[in-house]
Amino acid sequence: MSEDDDRSPPLDLRGADIAESSNKTRNCSGVSGSGVPGPGPGPSSMEFQAPYPDQVLENVLENVLQFLSSRRDRNAASLVCKSWCRVEALTRSELFIGNCYSVSPRRATVRFARVRSVAIKGRPRFADFNLMPPDWGAHFAPWVAAMASAYPWLEKVYLKRMSVTDDDLAVLAESFPSFKELVLVCCDGFGTSGLAIVASKCRQLRVLDLIESEVADDDMDWIACFPENGTTCLESLIFDCVECPINFEALERLVARSPSLKKLRLNRFVSIGQLYRLVVRSPQLTHLGTGSFSAAEGPAQGEPEHDYLSAFAACKSLVCLSGFREILPDYLPAIRPVCANLTSLNFSYANINAEQLKSVVLHCHKLQSFWVLDSICDEGLQAVASTCKDLRELRVFPFDAREDSEGPVSEVGLQAISEGCRKLQSILYFCQHMTNAAVVAMSQNCPELEVFRLCIMGRHRPDPVTGQPMDEGFGAIVRNCKMLTRLAVSGLLTDRAFGYIGKYGKLVRTLSVAFAGDSDMGLKYVLEGCPRLQKLEIRDSPFGDAALRSGLHHYYNMRFLWMSSCRLSPQGCQGIARELPRLVVEVIRDEVAEHKDDAVDILYMYRSLEGPRDDAPRFVTILQ
Amino acid sequence: MEKPVNYGGGDLHLEATELRLGLPGSDGHEKQSSASVKNNKRTSTEAMTEESRSKSNSNVSDGRNGNPDGDPPTKAQVVGWPPIRSYRRNSFQPKKTEIDGAGMYVKVSLDGAPYLRKVDLKVYKSYPDLLKALESMFKLTIGQYSEREGYNGSEYAPTYEDKDGDWMLVGDVPWDMFISSCKRLRIMKASEARGLGCL
Repeated sequence: MSEDDDRSPPLDLRGADIAESSNKTRNCSGVSGSGVPGPGPGPSSMEFQAPYPDQVLENVLENVLQFLSSRRDRNAASLVCKSWCRVEALTRSELFIGNCYSVSPRRATVRFARVRSVAIKGRPRFADFNLMPPDWGAHFAPWVAAMASAYPWLEKVYLKRMSVTDDDLAVLAESFPSFKELVLVCCDGFGTSGLAIVASKCRQLRVLDLIESEVADDDMDWIACFPENGTTCLESLIFDCVECPINFEALERLVARSPSLKKLRLNRFVSIGQLYRLVVRSPQLTHLGTGSFSAAEGPAQGEPEHDYLSAFAACKSLVCLSGFREILPDYLPAIRPVCANLTSLNFSYANINAEQLKSVVLHCHKLQSFWVLDSICDEGLQAVASTCKDLRELRVFPFDAREDSEGPVSEVGLQAISEGCRKLQSILYFCQHMTNAAVVAMSQNCPELEVFRLCIMGRHRPDPVTGQPMDEGFGAIVRNCKMLTRLAVSGLLTDRAFGYIGKYGKLVRTLSVAFAGDSDMGLKYVLEGCPRLQKLEIRDSPFGDAALRSGLHHYYNMRFLWMSSCRLSPQGCQGIARELPRLVVEVIRDEVAEHKDDAVDILYMYRSLEGPRDDAPRFVTILQ
Repeated sequence: MEKPVNYGGGDLHLEATELRLGLPGSDGHEKQSSASVKNNKRTSTEAMTEESRSKSNSNVSDGRNGNPDGDPPTKAQVVGWPPIRSYRRNSFQPKKTEIDGAGMYVKVSLDGAPYLRKVDLKVYKSYPDLLKALESMFKLTIGQYSEREGYNGSEYAPTYEDKDGDWMLVGDVPWDMFISSCKRLRIMKASEARGLGCL
């Protein structure tokens, strides 16, 4: 899924302008992020008038518009005039809702009548790190209910950070006879019972992808619920995040009768012996998640040692390898035959050292995406840098995710990567400390960087060599990386860093800030300087009400703003809510932390056509 | 109260080499962070106080200012930091599966016996091990397992209740699958057990 949001020009949306524009042709409200949150009660006007002279033109338009696939292009087309808006709505088959509360299911389904594929995002990202009490919202239920009647032909559902219950999955399975693809990313609220219903009822299912979702163990053998007879249409089955044992015999039979299966990612309850049995049956796989990649637990199996090397050698189409959840490094050489073809390798759950990594990665010349644990140390990163000249995406996760742990990777690894992997587009790098010099080097060596996320785990940590803040490093990134759209900053940072971001980060859409800045000026620089800013998440930084006000001109262009443990007051937030009626301003109380009554723990605000939501839990106050 | 020390690089622990007057063991560090970090740059419209800030999620109160002062030597772990999802974080901690836990005790009942016993399945490495232990615990013979006939020929047949609530004959499935799915054991009289045999 593309993280891209609509590149809407910054519009000045004070109250008067909104009222005025409603009298013009713009009464098709933008549901997917185009600049104008249209006013007016109820759904947009979709009257079908008697045949009129432009009918021919509209038919032509319909035929042309159905070739438009980019939602940005479609949003632009929909703003041309009423008839373009209407025709675009009729021909849009993929609906993307970036914030499930920005528009109601009813409004969306009324405007877009012929949708086959829906993508919905819910919770803010910082909720993943326990910064917010659970049960905040983002329920799939009202969406599936609305779609059940509006889109009986629905084929695909993609959800990210939504709460999905077993009942919701049941409704989905019952309501859409042509249903083909279900992708749940970072979702929760359902269990193996819900999966069982989907498996048994969705006879056309091609894709069932569970990615980083929390699945409750209801003791339900969901794998056995796929129809037993005949072949399945399954192309992709991803369940590596499911934390409960599965019925392996049923899985084996399922794989045997799924000739179209290309992507299979197993969970850690599948042993390497079991993996072998699956791999030999399906050499056509392109994406494989290996499960535990170690022997089964318990007393010795008495199984013969399999020829893992041959099994992998037979997988000529394998391009993406992941898993290794409990890796026994002795088995690592088995994947050697596929290394030369791999474009994506995920070792981020594999506690391997530099030597073990080298035995594999030195053969991976075509690698474009590499996720790994810092257990490989700088030395491992140097090996990657020397071999993977085509690398586009790198993520280095910490094995020991604490502030003061050993730092196995450092500026040395980052420098090496920047020198070896010139085509790098996206990097996420966890370390204990970092030097400005290495960050500057990366900004110069990797001009194609679009995503730069550096997490110096030691809060407020300066450059250990110079003692300086990290301002210059991040400044160089925004200055030199002209295509930068996503940035996460860390370490010791003064307002100067934010000055650089505001001055040079003209394409930045997503910015994450933690424990940084000196004063309101920091936030002001960003809000005044970054016209494309869509998503801003800030924690534990000294930005207050005055800084918040400096974004008034821009909040309608953003998907959301999150500020937690900053210096906001309820009055300050109230002021924003009053001036921007189309913004939903949520003040969320963190019930764990004690605080004085007038402190704002968490501010989460977002534009919406619907006003305050009616499913807010008691720890959420919506200001008006 | 000592004056704030400039910790150029936060984790150099310069205070260890610092000369000062005072009794050994007197630190003053806990108070120091609140006191020294009263930031002049805060405007008068600030409603939040130092206290409320420091009691928020980040229980280290030096988040405000950019100067390197006041990096407290003992950093408590902060909620949600570093930003790693808990799923990933927990992956590298020792897993407590049922089997790796403190013991896998299951009830064992014997038809006709006045009370039940408990055994720790973890202690046994294989079926013969377990059966021998049961034989000695209950003073009976269970006999040999055969795939075709179950335990025919012996007085008793060991059965178990699995995760689905079904009663299964002990010995059919691989040992580790057995111990992960066995909820309780029941030693049946052979006459009753004939129906369970693999016929």
